[in-house]
Amino acid sequence: MSTTDVSKDSVEVSPPSDLSGGRRPGDSVFSVLSIGSGLLIFVTLAAVAIFLTSESLPAIRASHEVQGAGNGEFGLISYVAPYVYGTVLAAAIALVIAIPISVGIALFISHYAPRRLSSVLGYMIDLLAAVPSVVYGLWGGVWLVPRLEPLYVFLNEYFGWIPLFAGDPTAPMRNLASASVVLAVMVLPIITSVSREVFLQVPRLQEEAALALGATRWEVIRTVVLPFGRSGVVAASMLGLGRALGETMAILMILAPGATFSLHILEVGRHQSIAANIAARQAEASGIDMSLLIFTGLVLFVLTFIINAIARWIVARSAVKS
Amino acid sequence: MNVRKNKLVSLAALGLVGGLALTACGGGDDATGGDNGGDSNASDNGGSEEGGAGADLSAITGNIAGAGASSMETAQTAWTESFMGLVGAEGGDLSMSYESTGSGTGREQFLAGQVQYAGSDAALDEEELAASAETCNGEQAINLPVYISPIAVIFNLEGVESLNLSAEVLGGIFNETITSWDDPAIVELNPDAELPAEPIVPVHRSDDSGTTENFTDYLSQNAPDAWPHGPIETWPIEGGQSGDGTSGMVSTVESGSGTIGYADASQAGNLGVASIQVGEEFVDYSPEAAASAVEVSPRAEGREENDIVVELDRTTTEAGVYPIVLISYLVLCGSYADQAQGEAVKAYASYVVSEDGQQVGLDNAGSAPLTEGLAADAQAAIDSIAVG
Repeated sequence: MSTTDVSKDSVEVSPPSDLSGGRRPGDSVFSVLSIGSGLLIFVTLAAVAIFLTSESLPAIRASHEVQGAGNGEFGLISYVAPYVYGTVLAAAIALVIAIPISVGIALFISHYAPRRLSSVLGYMIDLLAAVPSVVYGLWGGVWLVPRLEPLYVFLNEYFGWIPLFAGDPTAPMRNLASASVVLAVMVLPIITSVSREVFLQVPRLQEEAALALGATRWEVIRTVVLPFGRSGVVAASMLGLGRALGETMAILMILAPGATFSLHILEVGRHQSIAANIAARQAEASGIDMSLLIFTGLVLFVLTFIINAIARWIVARSAVKS
Repeated sequence: MNVRKNKLVSLAALGLVGGLALTACGGGDDATGGDNGGDSNASDNGGSEEGGAGADLSAITGNIAGAGASSMETAQTAWTESFMGLVGAEGGDLSMSYESTGSGTGREQFLAGQVQYAGSDAALDEEELAASAETCNGEQAINLPVYISPIAVIFNLEGVESLNLSAEVLGGIFNETITSWDDPAIVELNPDAELPAEPIVPVHRSDDSGTTENFTDYLSQNAPDAWPHGPIETWPIEGGQSGDGTSGMVSTVESGSGTIGYADASQAGNLGVASIQVGEEFVDYSPEAAASAVEVSPRAEGREENDIVVELDRTTTEAGVYPIVLISYLVLCGSYADQAQGEAVKAYASYVVSEDGQQVGLDNAGSAPLTEGLAADAQAAIDSIAVG
């Protein structure tokens, strides 16, 4: 749009006297609106933090870690620790599965696929991101879990010496491994689309220079594309991690929970995530139980903050290097 | 700019039209729902009026809100909707809601005066009754058992259609001391069945639930040795299969093999349902058998006459009684200061305990209709509520 259009438009809105220099009302209105929107983020975050802290105070006061052992009926840390472990473990496994596949898809779209196919594929990936988690939960619980069973039995039988696959899996396989596989599918589109954007930003000249030096396609990717895109992939993975940590519905619908520090991801009833635990328990919770659940929410809130901070630090560091 | 503006305007218009269309649809749905409720109940109106439940519905107006047990949610939704339809058909104007917040929160909200009635899996205790006088115009609150839901023991075992189980064996299974389907204790109860040497996979509810509490109450009353954990809401044994909510429980039992669990009887679907040993015989679950479990149980002592609280006797040996049931109470004020509100609540409660209301509960939530004696007592208690 041209500048004359803009001034014509403002003339319509503002009285003519304002034309004689100085700020126009449109400007100040818009700047107030945008500053307000910016501040709204802080206000919302602060409101959530205040709510979580004040509502979890009763549980913190009643906990025996504050009052001394034996006084309270429960310990905050011993209650929340297994859930933190389950949350982080599920998210970590999901990332281990999702990152290589996502980077592969992103590279295929940006460097291998014919243009038409790559746009279709990109569209499909975005579509995958739009599927609600409750649908993933249904799909995972009803369709995927029975189909994963032979794989788990195989892993357990031949790779049972690895602690991760040890233990005694029983059908239906509503275990952490299944939940992580579904989480991986859910974070895949996020990591893929961000990585794809980054790979497309790689300077054409550098790639062509590498090709001119006699590099094969794989060598171009290894020496030019991946180093350039590394910080972007890390940032994408952290975005995915954020989603995996907070995911509730899919885990609630797939996982048969339990609060332990077990490494056996094929066993049912061993793990649970914070978010799914809150969702499962809040319907019948009141008083101190509710307060305890809100405290676990506070822990999750802080956890995501810490992980985001680490992610930013990693991104900043790798950006400097490249 | 102009083009862009027009786009915006058309977008807004589109949104507006869409919104209107949606509202229109919603309105239409409501209207038909109300009509249906009115029609189906209009034919029965004569009956309920004779039963003393038929106050003058045309005079009922206003808003009443309830909150509480999630176990009752389906039934409460059906009741409130059909009752609003009934009132609407008579020319009254009543708006009702029931929020499933959990029993504890529901009682808290009721005592704080935020809702006019509560649904609760446990009756108000003495302390809560004393506190209720403040919100209830000086009178104590009353509890009415209005929702009786049988809990079925469901199992998924190939080649086995029916199964006889006792509390002792169930306790052993869920406490994981009986671990194989061909355990002598199970074979003894099922001499004709061909039980495989498969491991038993007990399934519990992963969320806190009144169903778990009532089921474990049954176990601990009848077999305290086999089930030493007492009546609990949160599963005490680490690990094991579980499902979230009734649907999660049922789908876990369905998709496993050798699985056994417990769920609202109406949700058992195609799964095998065990017969439970009562005295010398084995009782299949049925709404009648569940209702008679409440009928044979004594009322809690030390309560006001209109405060009906049942102490479920799950150890009964009487014939034809199914002891694994869940009771939910309707908690009402003994007196309502607001005339319109009081009349509305009374009429609603009368409808819930009436034959029609209990039938609606059976059709929609699979609950067991109250026996005649209990319904009459509940109606008398409702009549004793002071208004204005």
